[in-house]
Amino acid sequence: MKKNNGKAWLYLLPALLFLIVFMVYPLIDVFIYSIEEGFNFASQTYYGVGLYNFSYVLHDPYFLQAVQNTFLLVIITVPVSTGLALLISVGLSSIRPLRELYQTIYFLPYVTNTLAVGLVFMILFQKTEYTDGLVNLVIELFGGNAVDFIDGPYWAKMFVLCFYTVWVVLPFKILVLTSALASVNQDYYKAARVDGTPRLRVFTRITLPMISPMIFYLVITGFIGAFKAYSDAVALFGTDLNASGMNTIVGYVYDMLYGDSGGYPSYASAAAILLFAIVLTVTCINLLVSRKKA
Amino acid sequence: MEQQLDFQNMQKRTNRRQRALKVLVYGFLSLWALVVLFPFYWMVLTSVKSYGAYNAEHVPALYTLEPTLQNYVDAFTTVPLLGYLINTLIFTIVTTAIMIVVSTLAAYAFARLEFRGKNLLFTLFLSLMMIPSELVVITNFVTVTNLDMRNTFAGLILPSVTSVFYIYLLKENFEQVPDELYRAAKVDGTSDLKYLWKVMIPICRPTIVTVTILKVIECWNSYVWPRLVTDDPSYYLVSNGIQEIRENGFGRENIPAMMAAVVVISIPLILLFLVFRRKIMAGVSRGGLKG
Repeated sequence: MKKNNGKAWLYLLPALLFLIVFMVYPLIDVFIYSIEEGFNFASQTYYGVGLYNFSYVLHDPYFLQAVQNTFLLVIITVPVSTGLALLISVGLSSIRPLRELYQTIYFLPYVTNTLAVGLVFMILFQKTEYTDGLVNLVIELFGGNAVDFIDGPYWAKMFVLCFYTVWVVLPFKILVLTSALASVNQDYYKAARVDGTPRLRVFTRITLPMISPMIFYLVITGFIGAFKAYSDAVALFGTDLNASGMNTIVGYVYDMLYGDSGGYPSYASAAAILLFAIVLTVTCINLLVSRKKA
Repeated sequence: MEQQLDFQNMQKRTNRRQRALKVLVYGFLSLWALVVLFPFYWMVLTSVKSYGAYNAEHVPALYTLEPTLQNYVDAFTTVPLLGYLINTLIFTIVTTAIMIVVSTLAAYAFARLEFRGKNLLFTLFLSLMMIPSELVVITNFVTVTNLDMRNTFAGLILPSVTSVFYIYLLKENFEQVPDELYRAAKVDGTSDLKYLWKVMIPICRPTIVTVTILKVIECWNSYVWPRLVTDDPSYYLVSNGIQEIRENGFGRENIPAMMAAVVVISIPLILLFLVFRRKIMAGVSRGGLKG
């Protein structure tokens, strides 16, 4: 085929322009920002070059709080959501009637606005002067004590955040796992049936190994997604996440950039690079583990 | 005879066990369906309770006998909800339209045209997929601020257009169109652009529709970038609008009106989902990025 160099570049030009201006250049620039010390946003000047921004961020209590929150969120929600998705998908694939209805319902959170539905969770869990909120009434019904999940103790706030995060990320995981389960060759199951293999054994010896690549895929993307959690927290606790002690690393980056505490792109860059380093490390570990197992 | 009875008993026992398992599975699935649906029910229910009735309930009622639409009227009159919706609509349509044109052209170049450095460039493209948006958003914010594009649609839209993943998806699809069609078109003297428009796009329409819907969902729900570049409420999108309503809108106590706004914001996407259910689910399982 004849080479049509000029024309091809013309077709690529718009995409390239967008990518260079809004992705490649910023990617280089973020590393430059992160080492410019004492950068002043108004005058666009800085004193010197060094690692001070990183050390500032690493010593900032807000950042450490954000790291703690993010890690807790990751450690709790990734296993819970993956396990729950697995249970639900296995359940779904074992039934025939109503399956499509359930699938449609389970997918709904994916197409909802995280910020908007977060408000519903807020009123369900919140305790105000007027009412204890529905969740607390249920807790009281079982003899427990009402807690303010939105503005109360740390563990309660963490619980709502994790719960909402799981609620939001499950549709994707259920969808992926259900299609993975559907693509397992049915002959294996028939063979197991002939041998009279017990259900649990069929599950651990056939189903799990067959869909394990997809589970690893979900775990890896789940880790990445959970490390970048932000809008779920805003939806529940409002925009001032530092005040409620529920900030995430991504939230810290944006707060440094803009808002009441903003105007420090250098600190924001340093924090974003630290986040990227954490995510990269965790993803590499995940890949190594999955390679060894698979 | 005795053996046969034994067999029947065994059969009965397994049947019973299977039925019990079925009940258990359905119970579990219904429970989760309830967890998913309940917030939606609660938001609709709260949005039709009157302000007085809602605040008088110490124990919230699970249903209401006097539904009112007053909250919806409030949502549109006391806060600029309609403005937020129009902004989001403009943002979604323009961003998606530019994205489709730009991505289609690039995907076509990668799939059908030959040029020097194609493989290298495509590898570079793919590696861009791994760049988290958190890293680039900082400079973009500075760029847009320096260009004086804060609180403009250009500032909102331009950085949201790029999507390497969709270019990749379209390219894969374009490559499945047989080469013979292209050669035949070339013999007939059809230009590349005309070929793309008259042959490629119609054949690959399903993928283009999927990509469009996914981008629309993404745009409608986008929060971070709009929050960074707009601080003038007349440019807020729905996500920022709802946050603004929560913090300074009706006053913290008027939850029914807040819920009415939440319902209004949620309905367009839920409708879109119910209409294009299969397409959306197939598209997301191929390339969902949320999760």
